[in-house]
Amino acid sequence: MAKKQIHLAAHFPGVNNTTVWSDPAAGSHIDFRSFVHFAQTAERAKFDFLFLAEGLRLREQNGQIYDLDVVGRPDTMTVLAALAAVTERLGLAGTINSTFNEPYEIARQFASLDHLSAGRAAWNVVTSWDEFTGENFRRGGFLPQEKRYLRAKEFLAATWALFDSWRGDEIVADKESGVFLADPDAGRFDVSSDQFDIRGRFSVPRSPQTRPVILQAGDSEEGREFAASSADAIFTRHGTLDAGREFYADVKGRLAKYGRSPDDLKILPAATFVLGDSDAEAQEKADVIRHQQVSGQTAIKFLEQLWNRDLSDHDPDGPLPEVDPLVGENTVARGRASVRMYRDPIATARQWRELAEAKHLSTRELIIEVTGRQSFVGTPEKVADALDEFVQADASDGFVLVPHLTPGGLDEFADTVVPLLQERGSFRTEYEGTTLRDHLGLGDARPPADAIPGVRS
Amino acid sequence: MSDPQNPVHLAPLHVAVALDGAGWHPAAWREPEARPTEFFDARYWTDLVREAERGLLDLVTIEDSFGLQSSNPGRPDDRTDQVRGRLDAVLVAARVAPLTEHVGIVPTAVVTHTEPFHASKAVATLDWVSTGRAGVRVRVSSRPDEAALFGRRTVEPFEPGSADDRPIVDLFDEAADYVEVVRRLWDSWEDDAEIRDAATGRFVDREKLHYIDFEGRHFSVRGPSITPRPPQGQPIVAALAHRTVAYRLVGRSADLGFVTPRDAADARAILAEVRAEQTAAGRADETVHVLGDVVVFLDDDAAAAADRKARLDALLGRELISDARIFVGTPAELADLVLEWREAGLGGVRLRPGGLPHDLEQITRGLVPELQRRGAFRTAYEADTLRGLLGLARPANRYAAV
Repeated sequence: MAKKQIHLAAHFPGVNNTTVWSDPAAGSHIDFRSFVHFAQTAERAKFDFLFLAEGLRLREQNGQIYDLDVVGRPDTMTVLAALAAVTERLGLAGTINSTFNEPYEIARQFASLDHLSAGRAAWNVVTSWDEFTGENFRRGGFLPQEKRYLRAKEFLAATWALFDSWRGDEIVADKESGVFLADPDAGRFDVSSDQFDIRGRFSVPRSPQTRPVILQAGDSEEGREFAASSADAIFTRHGTLDAGREFYADVKGRLAKYGRSPDDLKILPAATFVLGDSDAEAQEKADVIRHQQVSGQTAIKFLEQLWNRDLSDHDPDGPLPEVDPLVGENTVARGRASVRMYRDPIATARQWRELAEAKHLSTRELIIEVTGRQSFVGTPEKVADALDEFVQADASDGFVLVPHLTPGGLDEFADTVVPLLQERGSFRTEYEGTTLRDHLGLGDARPPADAIPGVRS
Repeated sequence: MSDPQNPVHLAPLHVAVALDGAGWHPAAWREPEARPTEFFDARYWTDLVREAERGLLDLVTIEDSFGLQSSNPGRPDDRTDQVRGRLDAVLVAARVAPLTEHVGIVPTAVVTHTEPFHASKAVATLDWVSTGRAGVRVRVSSRPDEAALFGRRTVEPFEPGSADDRPIVDLFDEAADYVEVVRRLWDSWEDDAEIRDAATGRFVDREKLHYIDFEGRHFSVRGPSITPRPPQGQPIVAALAHRTVAYRLVGRSADLGFVTPRDAADARAILAEVRAEQTAAGRADETVHVLGDVVVFLDDDAAAAADRKARLDALLGRELISDARIFVGTPAELADLVLEWREAGLGGVRLRPGGLPHDLEQITRGLVPELQRRGAFRTAYEADTLRGLLGLARPANRYAAV
């Protein structure tokens, strides 16, 4: 029996705390040549797609712009369109916020990108609501938090109405008869919902994939349902086989009620990797990388995000603070993982203290421990085995790899691990199709979402 | 008065080409050379922009609007005999940028329904991916049907010739605020903000990142940008202007204005208005290039050009009407007009090819050599950035400490 095929994507190391910018091999994360190198490496290795995250406000902590990690990035759609010029098959995935954008403009951009890349566009639909980011936009911060998924769902439904407003056979462009359009109503749409009231004619004809591939990141109950109903792939963070299998079974099990089959949604956990000539060497490299990623200052900043108070005088090489975290609305960190992500800061702090005590960890070592997600460390053989095992055991359908170096962070993986996966028969040796839907084995875009009330096209 | 036969003493002439669909004649898609099924294919745009680059042109503009094209400037139509459908111009520009090296690329951005924060980072990124050749032509939208595509606001329809300028003045004031925000965001990172200082563990120097704190009537934007300052510092801002309210936008906000004179005398009058607005905005000492728009139908033989134009008019069912002057003739005759307009004070022209690729090739292979023979146009690209081609220095950052 043919082996289950692994899907591989790569996250361009953008704004984050994991990119090791101090390494002598670290290049620019804004110069277009870095993107070209990264994308062409991913394409050489026959990856499904390249993925860009998004940020719409520089992060702050203690009322100051956060300055320790990589910051600054290009506009997602613009850089993806440029990458379409230097690649031929690689899918081009961008995160675009549904809160600080409008459906007509976003649908137009994704349909344009899909045309300009001959069918390789993907959209990672994310939500936001915070006033902090809203301060950069006309919309401001008025969207109540409980409305963000409502808006995201209606946003997606509205863009689908736009994507589906052209059937694909309208442009005849018959020079003899003078008929350009076969249908005077091509592109007509009318959307009326809680968040949107829009109508007219969509100006971009049907694109090669009809609609971009829809991606969704998130682990919450709402996120899982959203992915099951609407997404083609979901990003997760499940690093262990057991957690992965549990998530996989849960999410795949939700598809039937939306009339979808398990193959219609690919599950792709984010994965980091460190390779070495021996497992011991790889582990040693991994430790060095972790210490580069989490300096003493970075550790303190992480700590402040849970403790929610200024800890700049705290010694990173000493034990955790004796005071408890501050629980409250005002958070020291804004625009990034902040105290919000810890549902019970006091309990989390207690767990951290117990862990530090049990393992004799300093503050910095503790932060390295609790923020670590180095999924695959070892020789190329060992990493290839582990990735393959993960997928064959239905803990995922593949991975979004997150290298720690720009722009060469994918090179070694492409040169060593990919050939091993190919030898195992778990990964393609050539692209079989031309579109991203082809690569992901998704088939054509789903039929129009006519069940969504108020949406017609 | 200088001698038009010997124009070498004048400032360098700038030639731009405006790209849109099959060209500016609504029937141009039916020409034998037209490629009307390829407007949604990257190769079509790459071929056109590369042709402009072979002709050493300063820049191309790429048209855009949110609504579907219409034969009526104020509202949609249901026609099926003309080109309909269009890709996002900024993305077309980005798709073409890595495949060209010298020519400036200036997509249109509609400022009425969009966010200046998004536009700022998109154009900055176009500048990054083109290594310093980006610009943006800002455009207001006063059509109610375009507002309905967004559903966030209504706009009052503007009737050309109406005595009540208020709705349109309001839209242009908003556009000026928009450009101000975009420009501040471009400067919100100092050039050397990224320090990668391993000793202190700092990737950026936060003292070199600036809140822009713009508060306006239509929006407020806090900043800083998420995208570092682009290679040109400030990419080129352009606007098309037909009347006083738009001349004001050019004078206040733009590096480059496209205007539509009937003749040289009209060009002088328009230029005087633009310069007066520029002075009123306190920018008298800044270089603002003003190019005259011309729709062109060109052939080696003037009769052939006239025949082609007549054939297209017949397909259209009427004579072509345009906001810009329509020129029909040989590249050499067009060179006379271009130099006459330059004598009148314009920085050059933006040519709108009647049909693509035909009239673009007539420009690059006919007009350009003719202008070169007269010593009036570059024979090689003299700069790597659009600012460089336009003779504009890289501006200092408004936020940098002196």
